[in-house]
Amino acid sequence: MSRAETGTGTEALSGADILVKSLVDHDVEVIFAYPGGASMPLHQALTRYSDKLRTILPRHEQGGAFAAQGYSRSTGKPGVVMATSGPGATNLVTAIADAKLDSVPMIVITGQVPTAVIGSDAFQETPIVEVCRGITKHHYLVTDVTDLPRVMKEAFHIATTGRPGPVLVDMPKDIQLSNLTIDWDPEMDLPGYHVETRFARPEQIKQVAAAIRLAKRPVIYAGGGIIASEASDALRTLVKKTGIPVTMTVMGLGTYPGDDALSLDMLGMHGSVYANYAVRDCDLLIALGVRFDDRVTGKVEAFAKNAKIVHIDIDPSELNKNKEAHIPVVSDVKFALDELNKIVEPPEDFEPWLQQVSTWKTDFPYRYDVGYDGILQQHAIQELSRLTQDRETYVSVGVGQHQMWAAQFFKFNRPRTWLSSSGLGTMGFGLPAAMGVQAAHPDALVIDIDGDGSFQMNVQELATCFCEKLPVKVLLLNNQHLGMVVQWEDRFMGSNRAHTYLGPIEHEEASGIGDRSPHAFVNERYPDFVAIAKGYGCGAATIAKKGDLEGALLEMIQHDGPYVLDVQVPYQEHVLPMIPTGMTADDMILE
Amino acid sequence: MRHVLSAIVQNVPGVLAHISGMLASRGYNIDSLAVGETDDPQLSRMTFVVVGDNRVLEQVRKQLEKIVTVVRVVDVSSQDYVERDLMLMKVKSQTGPERAEIRELVDIFRGSIVDVSADDLMIEISGRENKIEAFIERMRPYGIIELVRTGRIAMVRGGGLDGHRETES
Repeated sequence: MSRAETGTGTEALSGADILVKSLVDHDVEVIFAYPGGASMPLHQALTRYSDKLRTILPRHEQGGAFAAQGYSRSTGKPGVVMATSGPGATNLVTAIADAKLDSVPMIVITGQVPTAVIGSDAFQETPIVEVCRGITKHHYLVTDVTDLPRVMKEAFHIATTGRPGPVLVDMPKDIQLSNLTIDWDPEMDLPGYHVETRFARPEQIKQVAAAIRLAKRPVIYAGGGIIASEASDALRTLVKKTGIPVTMTVMGLGTYPGDDALSLDMLGMHGSVYANYAVRDCDLLIALGVRFDDRVTGKVEAFAKNAKIVHIDIDPSELNKNKEAHIPVVSDVKFALDELNKIVEPPEDFEPWLQQVSTWKTDFPYRYDVGYDGILQQHAIQELSRLTQDRETYVSVGVGQHQMWAAQFFKFNRPRTWLSSSGLGTMGFGLPAAMGVQAAHPDALVIDIDGDGSFQMNVQELATCFCEKLPVKVLLLNNQHLGMVVQWEDRFMGSNRAHTYLGPIEHEEASGIGDRSPHAFVNERYPDFVAIAKGYGCGAATIAKKGDLEGALLEMIQHDGPYVLDVQVPYQEHVLPMIPTGMTADDMILE
Repeated sequence: MRHVLSAIVQNVPGVLAHISGMLASRGYNIDSLAVGETDDPQLSRMTFVVVGDNRVLEQVRKQLEKIVTVVRVVDVSSQDYVERDLMLMKVKSQTGPERAEIRELVDIFRGSIVDVSADDLMIEISGRENKIEAFIERMRPYGIIELVRTGRIAMVRGGGLDGHRETES
């Protein structure tokens, strides 16, 4: 945690200046901020620090908050977003809940009506702290400017330490305007916040090492905690030393190279067959920075049923929450892995297991119909992955089929290069998140792989991409439907279309029994995404032919500025494999 | 299983709302919740009675500890402890033999009559939950007008703070 540059110095400043200066002192480089009545003094202060802190104006507060997440997820530093009171603040709520579930460090600053009128139902007043209690790691309503330097220091400390998460600072307008001669480096007042105690004990590390030594069928189950604690290298060392195969959660993709032989790719509902079989049959499950989410476990009693479970996580409340661990370890996962790597030895005898896992991997790869003469979503993603492997590439996604296919078919080899709203599953995440990544990594290739449903939830951010010179690329897998819901309709509800068609309602897909013929395709397209993108000043093209794909992808990648590639894909294509909700690896749907 | 947990929390606005909201949103079954300031005005102490198995108890404790303003959580009922509930009760009672009966019962339960009017009495009584409930049953035939209880408060016996004598350095 950086200390205020001015150290012990004191000077008189307004609350708004104190807040903005504290952002600068905490090494914040970019803030996504949308102004309004109750946050104008803060914005005025932002102009006074514009040489040190870039302010990006999103076109919707939610876009700003997801951009802050994009910044944070791709750098590990806290993302910062600001909005005004009332509707400005409530527009942040979804992104705050999202950051909480995915443990993303974020500082959320909201304007608030003046303290004198709080509670009077004033214009644009919302009790945002009340609204956000359950979805923040911590929250403050600043009612005395004297508290502000301490609050900001605590906010950064809490957001970034232990299990990271969003911290809300609600700033009434009169506090923004009042002046104070301040101490820049006050003591924090956090008697109940103990991050310093979260380190594995030597005897626990020995226990884990012993369990590994004795295991016959071990698997590592790696999650977002590995990324949060910057433990990817430690994980790779562990695998190198032991030869144990690794499967990753959606949040964990990138922690272990996707193209390595010991990578079992993703596990869970839409995970690989080999990962789910390996977990089903393992005798030791090494769970690292994960939370046994229901989308991973399916029927939790049957998950890793015959395995001894090692669970290492920094959040004590995750241990034994969904699944009881035999060796629960409360620890920063990087610390635990570094310690483990000092003493760990490979399992004595697990060659047959490695053979078995490798056979599964050969027999049940992720598949799609390569003979189809149009463009399938999986094919488009695989091609994009191939064409971008040799450069610094970041991929964000919306939520739905395209998200799962991106998780399956794009090969991620580095942490923080894959951004997905994984816990909350927020449609509309992709474009603004990509925008935040681009702000943090101006020279990198940043691609939002999106669906036509998700894309339209924050399509207005194309304006931000254009105006703020953030050359984000959008690979739009446009099937004219809410594909994942259609897939469930097809699988479980007799294909009865219930508000899952995104074109005009007179179309036959808009209601009744949907067309289930293979690769069913909508010819008449709505809306005209090329016209929309061009209207925002972005480059754009639309394609439907397989032969056009590679050229179009290269044109997108090489385009100078933001670009939307609208790829017309069929809607009769399901994400497979699939373990239906609450079922087990043995119930996996493969066809 | 019934467990008594005690939490020391920072005395800041919203902490009670935060804790009760967390308990409600995670679906924990809280039987009783009492809160009051401690000897240190910066800190309050909350006492919870939680119903559930050990796994529920463990989760409640950990989720409480995760709240930044919660300083410390103690599982009081895992140790030897004293538990009290304070009740004020208004009972119908006209002058006469009934009133004498009630006075006698109040004495037996070691309560006291704190207010007397023409048609009713107000009684103060404290003790363990089962004692309070037994007293309520005894009073029911006379006609309970209203009653109020603080909820359970508890403290570990002996051994210094929370049953652990602070180590001298």
